[in-house]
Amino acid sequence: MTTDPATDPSAAPGNSSRERILARVRAAVADAPDAPEVTRDYLDTHTPDSAMVDLLAENLADYRAVVHRTDSAGLAELLMRLLAEHGSRTVLVPPGLPPSWLASADPTRIQDREASTAQELDEVDSVVTACAVAIAETGTIVLDGSPDQGRRRISLVPDHHICVVRAPEQVVASVPQAMPRLDPTRPLTWISGPSATSDIELDRVEGVHGPRTLEVVLVED
Amino acid sequence: MSGTFVGMPSFPRAAKEAVHNKTLRDNLRHATHTIRDKRAKAVAELADWAELREAGKQIKDHTLRHLDRYLVQLETRVTEAGGTVHWAADADEANRIVADLVKATGESEVVKVKSMATQEIGLNEALEAEGIAAYETDLAELIVQLGDDRPSHILVPAIHRNRGEIRDIFREKMASWGRAAPHGLSDTPADLAEAARLHLREKFLRAKVGISGANFMVAETGTLVVFESEGNGRMCLTLPETLISVVGIEKVVPTWRDLEVFLQTLPRSSTAERMNPYTSTWTGTTDGDGPRTFHLVLLDNGRTDTLADEVGRQALRCIRCSACLNVCPVYERAGGHAYGSVYPGPIGAILSPQLRGTQSEIDASLPYASSLCGACYEVCPVAIDIPEVLVHLRERVADQGGKGHRLEKAAMKAAGWVLDHPGVLGTGERVASRTRKLHPSKLPGAGAWTRSRELPEMPAEPFRDWWKKNRKPKTDGKKP
Ligand code: SF4
Repeated sequence: MTTDPATDPSAAPGNSSRERILARVRAAVADAPDAPEVTRDYLDTHTPDSAMVDLLAENLADYRAVVHRTDSAGLAELLMRLLAEHGSRTVLVPPGLPPSWLASADPTRIQDREASTAQELDEVDSVVTACAVAIAETGTIVLDGSPDQGRRRISLVPDHHICVVRAPEQVVASVPQAMPRLDPTRPLTWISGPSATSDIELDRVEGVHGPRTLEVVLVED
Repeated sequence: MSGTFVGMPSFPRAAKEAVHNKTLRDNLRHATHTIRDKRAKAVAELADWAELREAGKQIKDHTLRHLDRYLVQLETRVTEAGGTVHWAADADEANRIVADLVKATGESEVVKVKSMATQEIGLNEALEAEGIAAYETDLAELIVQLGDDRPSHILVPAIHRNRGEIRDIFREKMASWGRAAPHGLSDTPADLAEAARLHLREKFLRAKVGISGANFMVAETGTLVVFESEGNGRMCLTLPETLISVVGIEKVVPTWRDLEVFLQTLPRSSTAERMNPYTSTWTGTTDGDGPRTFHLVLLDNGRTDTLADEVGRQALRCIRCSACLNVCPVYERAGGHAYGSVYPGPIGAILSPQLRGTQSEIDASLPYASSLCGACYEVCPVAIDIPEVLVHLRERVADQGGKGHRLEKAAMKAAGWVLDHPGVLGTGERVASRTRKLHPSKLPGAGAWTRSRELPEMPAEPFRDWWKKNRKPKTDGKKP
């Protein structure tokens, strides 16, 4: 068994389990036939492009996210109304959220800061974020920590999350179409409907730990 | 494997107890049938299911064939991304590593997201012995932990508990672990979930150390992936300063793109959803977002032994979706505990005896805890031929010789149990006939089952149909 220290950061003496496990793996598969390249005969999409945004709305709603559709001109007013209807007095804002989105909103803006503790976030009524990509077939929005989406914790701790999706640019039909648009070196959060559990007699209950209310705003121009 | 199950009776004895517990059986039957029907629908939505299944199988086979290469690549990438990789040959070593890492933080409590690997190695018990409290944060795991109980299903570990029992457990036990259950707690699922939310939030917000497993690890990028529903996973992966992930070496996949297959097949096979509510991916550490310190513990604990078996190694393709449990007629009757390991059902029947060896009575009996009907193979999203491996392992048990003879007898008794039950038997033909040449004397005749006095207690399908037709409804499955 040889290891190349250049590609082997922990090929260091004293790490004997590492060497033992790798040696056992090599011995175990020594006689195994070569594994062929993976055939990817599966589909790239199950959905025509023209149906994508409607399907996204439908699948999000099916998993009990509340879906709203508007255009750029109507966005600020819609967000103001959603925050008001939720009775929010405070709204958490990621650093790069376009200021115009919340131009009409009444609640006090709270900027997320690295120093702000989870306890402080727990006091906030709502959070508004953008997203990186949305997947129609699964009713999924993906956040990647960009400045308009903020850190992972801000879409987790507050009980009410409003996520703005620009359609159709940010919408893809399928998971295979989403993968190349996402950067795996960023922390990603895939969200399909609000937090849910089916652990008690398989009755689905929304909201155990994540936000109990997820509202998705599709902005189509 | 875990000390949790030491001293477990062999499968036939444990199963016999389980089939007499009517609540357990009813809960289990309701659960398995509900999930399996929903799953069929979710799968039918994808016209290319067969191709996805084949791709999933191939990705895993390819990975296993070159596991050394992908593990080293993963280690390199995780390290480059700011994580630290540890290798653990067995449960003791993994527990030692984790306990030392926790101690180095100066903390004495950790929050955990449900992980089969950490259950397998008995991590919670090992930490407890070192004075570290590990809080399970998955609702079902919380129910199991507060109830001082064992999980009975991969996906819905507390499925053997009904809402009334859960309310009682919360009322009695929550206070001694942290925030007490709300006064006058009802047994509606919404109220119970709310009680769990309040109880656990207090822990999440102060936790400094989180412990997780992972569903996948991507060699090419060093990315770890966790699928979950409740958000407790996100809490554990995001809020603590230190994150420790304990993951079996077979969980690696070569490329980021490979995830596109499992992101489609795992949720649909598992919870019968198009997508689970939350999936988190992380690559090492990210400045200012999430844990500042990340440790990955790569776990062997019998996996390389399993890999060395050319028939049995396919068990390492398993993505723990639990679909095979939900279609298994034996699991439905026996319940998860009867399998004596964290891996119940058909996958448990082939995985546990391979990870642990077939020396103990329970492990020798597990390859017989099946009717070989093949339903598990049909639903498996990575096409593991579980019946083939079962037959292969029966051969191994039979070949053990000496002490093996006793084990084989115990196992044969288990086979007798399986064949004693008509519903199980009725579907048990596929492999039995296929392998008859191989095993002419190893499948006992079915004549014995008619002698069983316990028959009316059995919810076996064909028998129940017969029963319904021939008896008045008031019998309700009880002995006449
Ligand atoms: S063996 Fe197949 S069906 Fe069973 S849990 Fe594993 S992946 Fe799922």
